[in-house]
Amino acid sequence: MSLAYYPGCTLKTKARNLEGPAVASMEALGLKLDELPRWNCCGAVYSLAEDDLLHQVAPVRNLIRAREQGKDELVTLCAFCFNTLKRANLLMKEDAEKRNTINSFMNEEADYSGEVKVVHLLEVLRDEIGWEALSQKVKLPLRELKAAPYYGCMLLRPREIAIDSVEDPAILREFLKALGASPVDFPESTRCCGSYQIVSSPDDIPEYARPILNSALSHGAEALVLTCPLCDYNLGRAQQELVKKQSGFRKMPLFYFTQLLALALGLDPRVCNFELNHGSPESLLKEKNLLSQSESFQPIGG
Amino acid sequence: MSAKQRKKKPAETAVKEEKKITAKLIPIYIMGKRYEVPEGLTIMKAMEYAGYILIRGCGCRGGTCGACGTVYRKPGDYKLQVALACQKTVEPDMYIAQIPFFPANRAAYDFAGLTAAPEEVFKLYPELFRCVACNSCTKTCPQGIEVMDAVSALKQGNIVEAARLTFDCIQCGLCTSRCFGELAQYHMFQLARRIYGAKIVPRAEHLAGMVKAVNEGRYDRFLDELKQAKEDELKKLYQEREVEPMTAGEDWKPKDTTYL
Repeated sequence: MSLAYYPGCTLKTKARNLEGPAVASMEALGLKLDELPRWNCCGAVYSLAEDDLLHQVAPVRNLIRAREQGKDELVTLCAFCFNTLKRANLLMKEDAEKRNTINSFMNEEADYSGEVKVVHLLEVLRDEIGWEALSQKVKLPLRELKAAPYYGCMLLRPREIAIDSVEDPAILREFLKALGASPVDFPESTRCCGSYQIVSSPDDIPEYARPILNSALSHGAEALVLTCPLCDYNLGRAQQELVKKQSGFRKMPLFYFTQLLALALGLDPRVCNFELNHGSPESLLKEKNLLSQSESFQPIGG
Repeated sequence: MSAKQRKKKPAETAVKEEKKITAKLIPIYIMGKRYEVPEGLTIMKAMEYAGYILIRGCGCRGGTCGACGTVYRKPGDYKLQVALACQKTVEPDMYIAQIPFFPANRAAYDFAGLTAAPEEVFKLYPELFRCVACNSCTKTCPQGIEVMDAVSALKQGNIVEAARLTFDCIQCGLCTSRCFGELAQYHMFQLARRIYGAKIVPRAEHLAGMVKAVNEGRYDRFLDELKQAKEDELKKLYQEREVEPMTAGEDWKPKDTTYL
């Protein structure tokens, strides 16, 4: 069985360490991710201006591409793409006037009115596979790995598109439990990483990251588990800055949830592209016997 | 022709020639002015018939150089149409304007120093990320290229796909003229095809061997034979030559292998 899958541009370049292990893992789980043959940028960020419909064209076009494949469900992996696509889908479903305007502008495409269901891979794991069934597929349980789930914003806000409780999400905790890890709850798990402030005020990002990283550390986490390439970029870069700024600041390995999934399923660690990770994950993985002593990769630092 | 006649304006000459033409005349509008031109002419020839002397915006006249990008509309239809002036025949009531050139900055780069990494394109053309997927570029391409898909391929770091999709690009610049994000698509695509050709496709290892064989005179004898052949003999050779069929496989060989 296969699922229509939308990767997103970043997953093909900077965040191949998010996509590679996901594709390999889903194949191992018997639910192949079937990439749309044609897709464009998701729009990168959902436009909040009421009259700015032109920026809805990019996400809607991708939903039309999924329809062209005869699919009524589209799996996303990047948290930003998930947010943009699902919100644009909601707009097309619920606002008849804007739907008409967008459809008539895109007169070279079939009309669209929100027929596709946009889901995130974590939802597929929870709702279509189930934690119990997933745990039975685990070959290398992530025992003793104290991993803190970090959600960021895009999977949980706004409420209408959230994949879990906005205030007290459990999906990543349950996911980590199914893989045999020890999830570490911490109050900053849904605090914003600074997001696209990195573009306009890059110097502010370490101050967004500091409370998140310090809190995870003080709650006993050895690593942070991420779902979003922008969180990874901001937290990874901020760690480098904070080491210089704050004496005694300890860097922490950052993992994508899909990398831990692939490791737990016993797949070849090379599918994880660990060399793209921030925070030098190699020594922690070896310490926990999740990577053979001979495995080696050149991390990008951070 | 007398000096006086030579001074005549082109339009007057056209009127004079009109009498000789038996084809049906149809009205077209060039930059808003009405002209009656014989049907069946290309836009380019119709413009010349109307008196224009084209020194720019016309190149190969064969649909491959990209110099004669043209936009037009017809009354009652909001759709903007595009064509190459040398290829498209006139239709009644076309409102025509040529866009022979459209400004687009081409990045300067030391090609030898480039790699095949997607980031090379991102660095040279950062405006790539201004694309909003409006698809105006695709709608405007006279070559029928999926321009927006090729822009998407570049954003996705897929230089091979961008090169493949834009193989037929003639760099007329019409996509660039319509771009909401102010991208210089045709320059980006040229960079993609250059990187693909020079740094992604494997080198043809056998080529060096063939060049060496040619330089060493392996084929000189055959060329000399042809040079000395009589005209009738040459014609016969040409007419009876064996042509590789379109469907021939990799291992196809001619019946006569003397020249291999």
